[in-house]
Amino acid sequence: MGPSEERRTGFGKWEAQGVSRREFLRTCAIAAAAVGLPAWTVGEIAEAAAAKGRPPVIWLHFQECTGCSETLLRASHPAVSDLILDLVSLDYHETLLAAAGKQAEEALQAAVRKNAGKFVCVIEGSIPRAEVGSYCRVGGRTAVEIAKEIGGKAGAVIAIGSCASWGGIPSADPNPTDAVGAPRILEGKTVVCLPGCPPNPYNFLGTVLQYATYGTLPALDSLGRPSFAYARTIHEDCPRRPHFDAGRFVERFGDEGHRHGYCLYKTGCKGPRTHAPCSLQHFGEVVGAWPVGIGHPCFGCTEQSLAFRVPLHTTVEIDRPTPPDTFAPIHADHGGVSVAAVGVAGLAVGALIGAGAMASKKLGASKGEGEGKGEADKEAK
Amino acid sequence: MSHNARPVVGAILTRPFIAALAVFALCLLVLAWRFVVGLGPTTGMNDGFPWGIWIAFDVVIGTALACGGFSVAILCYAFNKGKYHPLIRPAVLTSALGYSLAGASVIVDLGRYWNVWKIPLIWNWNRNSVLLEVAICIMTYVVVLWIELSPAFLEVWEKQEKYPLLCRAARRAHGWLNRYLIAILALGILLPTMHQSSLGSLMLVMVSKLHKLWHTPLLPVLFLSTAILMGYAAVIFESALANEVFDRPRETKILASMSGIMVVVLFFFLGVRLVDLALRGRLGLVARLDFYSWMFLLEMALFLAPALLLLSQKRRYNPGIELISAILMMLAGSLYRFDTFLVGFNPGPGWSYFPTIPEMTVTIGFVAFEFLAYLFIVKTFPIIHTGVAPHAFGAAAPKSSV
Amino acid sequence: MSPTRRSVLKGIASAATLAATGVPKALAAPPRRKTPPADAVGLLYDATRCIGCQACVVKCKEANGLPPDTGTPRGAMYDAPDDLNATTKNIIKLYKGEDGRTSFMKAQCMHCVDPACASVCMISALHKGPRGIVEWDPDKCVGCRYCMTACPFNVPKYEWQTAFPKIVKCEMCRHLVAKGGIPACVAACPREAVIFGGLEKLRADAKGRIAGEPKKYFPKVYGDTDGGGTQVLYLSAAGIPFGKLGLPDLGDEPVPLLTESLTHAVYQGFIAPVALYGILGFAVYRSWRSQRLGEGGEK
Repeated sequence: MGPSEERRTGFGKWEAQGVSRREFLRTCAIAAAAVGLPAWTVGEIAEAAAAKGRPPVIWLHFQECTGCSETLLRASHPAVSDLILDLVSLDYHETLLAAAGKQAEEALQAAVRKNAGKFVCVIEGSIPRAEVGSYCRVGGRTAVEIAKEIGGKAGAVIAIGSCASWGGIPSADPNPTDAVGAPRILEGKTVVCLPGCPPNPYNFLGTVLQYATYGTLPALDSLGRPSFAYARTIHEDCPRRPHFDAGRFVERFGDEGHRHGYCLYKTGCKGPRTHAPCSLQHFGEVVGAWPVGIGHPCFGCTEQSLAFRVPLHTTVEIDRPTPPDTFAPIHADHGGVSVAAVGVAGLAVGALIGAGAMASKKLGASKGEGEGKGEADKEAK
Repeated sequence: MSHNARPVVGAILTRPFIAALAVFALCLLVLAWRFVVGLGPTTGMNDGFPWGIWIAFDVVIGTALACGGFSVAILCYAFNKGKYHPLIRPAVLTSALGYSLAGASVIVDLGRYWNVWKIPLIWNWNRNSVLLEVAICIMTYVVVLWIELSPAFLEVWEKQEKYPLLCRAARRAHGWLNRYLIAILALGILLPTMHQSSLGSLMLVMVSKLHKLWHTPLLPVLFLSTAILMGYAAVIFESALANEVFDRPRETKILASMSGIMVVVLFFFLGVRLVDLALRGRLGLVARLDFYSWMFLLEMALFLAPALLLLSQKRRYNPGIELISAILMMLAGSLYRFDTFLVGFNPGPGWSYFPTIPEMTVTIGFVAFEFLAYLFIVKTFPIIHTGVAPHAFGAAAPKSSV
Repeated sequence: MSPTRRSVLKGIASAATLAATGVPKALAAPPRRKTPPADAVGLLYDATRCIGCQACVVKCKEANGLPPDTGTPRGAMYDAPDDLNATTKNIIKLYKGEDGRTSFMKAQCMHCVDPACASVCMISALHKGPRGIVEWDPDKCVGCRYCMTACPFNVPKYEWQTAFPKIVKCEMCRHLVAKGGIPACVAACPREAVIFGGLEKLRADAKGRIAGEPKKYFPKVYGDTDGGGTQVLYLSAAGIPFGKLGLPDLGDEPVPLLTESLTHAVYQGFIAPVALYGILGFAVYRSWRSQRLGEGGEK
C-alpha cells in the first residue's frame, strides 16, 4: 500500500487532517470509559474503528430540535467533531448531509439496502401519531412509517434524546400531536434509549462503539436505558451533596447561599429523582458545564414524569434515599465509664465492708452476752 | 430533764482527725474546681443521668442514715419510751450533721445555685413539685435539728462567765427553748415523715424510666419505712462505735429492744414490697434473672438477713450480731435507694453513668467532714452519756481513743 | 424487749396511718386532667415527607443563636450532633431497619399538654406559656435537673461544660411566634414535612392524611393521646411503628398524673400534715410530762 493510500485508511486519514494518533486514542479512551469498558479495550476499540470498518449509522430526524446532534458536535476540540463522526460511518443524517431532496432519499434507501440488518438506526425526535401521523412527514411519508420501516431493518436502534426516548417536549400536556417515543412505535424491538435534553454525547458514543467493537449492546434497565449511564440519580453523585446533607440550601437565586454554591434542592432541583450521569460527566468536556454546576437546578430532562410536567421550582421526593452514616441514629451511643473510677469505688466499698465485718467480729468476741446484759440492767432503771 | 452527758475527754487533733482533715481539704479543692469549670468536667453526670451520687448518695441515702434523731424521737417522744433518752443527743447530732451535709451537697449539685434564694419565696411555689416539698422540708428540718441539739451547746455557753454576753444570750435562748421545745420536737417528727416519704415520691413521675421492680405508687411508704429502719440502724452502729471508741458500758438492753421494733418494720417493708409486686403481676420480672432481678434479690436478701438474725431475743443481746444487723440494714436501705435512683433508672439505650474520682472525693470528703465535726462537738459539748444513772455521784466523763 | 403483740399492733397502726393519709385518698379523687388551651399551637411532622435535608437543624441553630457542634463524638465530623444537646434544640435522626427501609425522625421538645417537666419544676422555671408552648425561665431555674429526669422523651438538655449552665430545649421559636411568625424549622422545610398551626387543625389534618392514604401511613397519630397528649404530632410510614423512631409507649395517662394525685391527696389544703402535727404535739406533750415526773421508762 502506497503512502497516499495509507493516508486514506486507518490512522493515516486522521493524520492527514491534522489529528494525531494520540488524540484519536484519547477519544476512544473517553468513549470506552463512558461505557464502563476497562482500559485494555481501548486498543480493540481503536483498531476496530480504524480498520475493521466503521459501523454504518442511519440517523433519522422527526419531531426534534436537532439539539441531540448538536450535543455531539459541541466539543472543546473542533477536530474531534470530525473524529466523532468518523468513528462511525454516518451514511444518512439530514442536518449534516450535503445532498438534499431526492438524492438524499436515494442515499438513505441505498444505505439501508447495503447494510440491512447491520446498521445502527439512530432516531432523534419524537414521533406523532395523531391524524395518522400527519404532523410529521419527511419526503411525503409519515414519521411512523419511516421509523417502522427503517427501524425494523436495523441491527440496533438507538433513540437519542428525551423526545425519541419517551416523547420529550412535544409530548408535554396537552400533547396535541400525540407525540410518543420510538419504543412505542417499534414495539417488540430492543430500543436503546438515551434520554436527556440533550444527553451527554459520550453516552451515545460509548453505546455505538461497544456495538461496533463487540457487536453487543450495553446492559439496559426496564426503560431501555443503558445502566452505565442511567442507573444512578443526579443526587447520588452530585458535587453539592455535602451541602444537602448538611442542610445548606439556596433559598433565592443570587442570595448568599447561591454564591457559596449551596444545594439547589429548595429551588426545585429534580436531581433526587433524575437518572442521568450529568453530575459525574459534564458537558462540552468542561468541568462544571452542567446545570447545577452553573447554579441552576436540574429540571429532570431525562425523566418522563418530571421534564415538561413538574414545574421548574417544585421540590420532589428522593428516589431510593441513601442517607449517609453521618446521620444521628435513633439511639446514639454516649460513651462509657472510667475504669479507674470503677476501681476506686470498688476499693472504697470493699474497705468499708471489710472494716464493718472486722468491727462486728471484734465486738462479738470482746464482751460476752451476759456481761453486757447485766451492766445494762444496772443502768436502765 | 436531767441527764448525765459529758464532753468526751481527749485531744482534738488526733491522727485519725488529721487524716480526715486531709481528705476534706482535698474535697474542698475539688469543689473549688467544680465551681470554676462546671459539673461536666468534674462529675460523671450527663444528659441521660442528670442525677448522680451527690443526689442519690449524699442526699437520699445520707439523709436516711441521718434519720437516727427521727427514729429515736418517735420512740422517745411519740411513744413515750423514756429509756431511749440517752440515745437522743448523739442521734440528733449525727442527724444534724448528716442533714446539713445533705443540704451542702444540694448546693454543690445545683447548677444555677445563685437562684436558690428564690425557693423559699411562697409566691414562686409550684405546689405540684415533690422536690419543692423535699427542699423546704429539709431546709426547715436542718434548723429544727440544730435547735433540738442546742441545749447541749447552751449548757456549756451558759456557764461561760468569762463571756457575759454569750452567757446571757445562752440563758435567754435556753429559756425560750424550754417553752417551745414540745412544738419543736413534734416538728422534728413531722418533717422527716413528710420529706423521707417524698424522697420516694420524687421517682413517681418517672413512669417510663424507672424499672417496674421499683416504680410503684407505694414508693413514699417504702421510703419512709426504710428511712426509719436506717435511722435505727445508724443509731445502733453509732452507739456501738461510740461505746468502743469512748469506752463506755454498752446500752445493750435499749438497743436490743430497739432491734425488736426494727424486726417489725423490716417485715412490714418486705411484706408491702412483695405483696405490691405480686398484686401488680410483676413478680415475673424477678424470675427473668437479668441484672435488675439480681439487684432486687440482693436487696431482699439484705433486708431479710437482719430480720431473721434479730428474731431471737438472745441474738438481739449479742453486740456483734446487733452490729452486723445494723450494718446489713444500712446497706439494705442504701442499696434500695441506689437502685431506685440510679440502677433502676433507665433513660434509654446509649446512656451510662458512673461517678468520677473527683465526684467520689467530694462525697467521701463530706463524710470525712461529718466525722471531724462529730468528734469536735462531742469533745467540746455534753453529747455522750456517761452510762451512769442521773443524779448519781462520781459520774466520770467518757474518754476517747480517737 | 421482744416485739410483743402490742408493739407489733402499734407498728401496724402507724403504718396504716401513713397509708391512710396517702394512697387511698389519691385513688379516690384524681386531679383534673389538663386540656390544651383554646389557642394552642403545634407542629405536625410527617416522616413520609421528610427527606432528611436537615435544613430545619441548620435554621433552628440560626434562629436560636446556637453555636455549631464542634465536640463531635463520631470522629472528625463538623457540626454533626448525634442527639439533642446543649447546642442542639432540634435534630434529624435516621432510622435504618433490618429490611433496608429508612425513615427520618425529627426530634425536639414535644410541648406536652400536661408536661412532666413543668409539673416537677420547683418554682416553675419550666412552665406552660401562651398558646401551650413549654417555656424555660432562666431567672427562676436553679439547675436542679429534676425536669431532665422526669421528661419521658429526654428533651431538656444541660450545659455541662460551663460554670453558668442553662437548660436547653426547643421553645417553638416563641420569640418568632409571639410576633406572628412561625418556627424556624417549619419555615426552612422544603417539603412541608413539618408544619405549624392550630393544634386541633393539625390533629384533623394528620387524621385526614391517614384516612386518605391508609397504605402509606402507620395507622396512628403519635401525640394524639400519648402521655396525655402532646402539641407536636407525628406521622410515620406504614410498617414503621413509632417505637422504632425512638418515641416511647406512654399510654394515655398524663405522665405527672400519678405523682400529682398522691401529693394532692396528702397535702390538699395542708390538712393531713397539720392534723398529724397536732397528734404528734399531743403525744410529745404526754411523754414530756411523764418523763419529767418519773425517772424515765415505760408507764
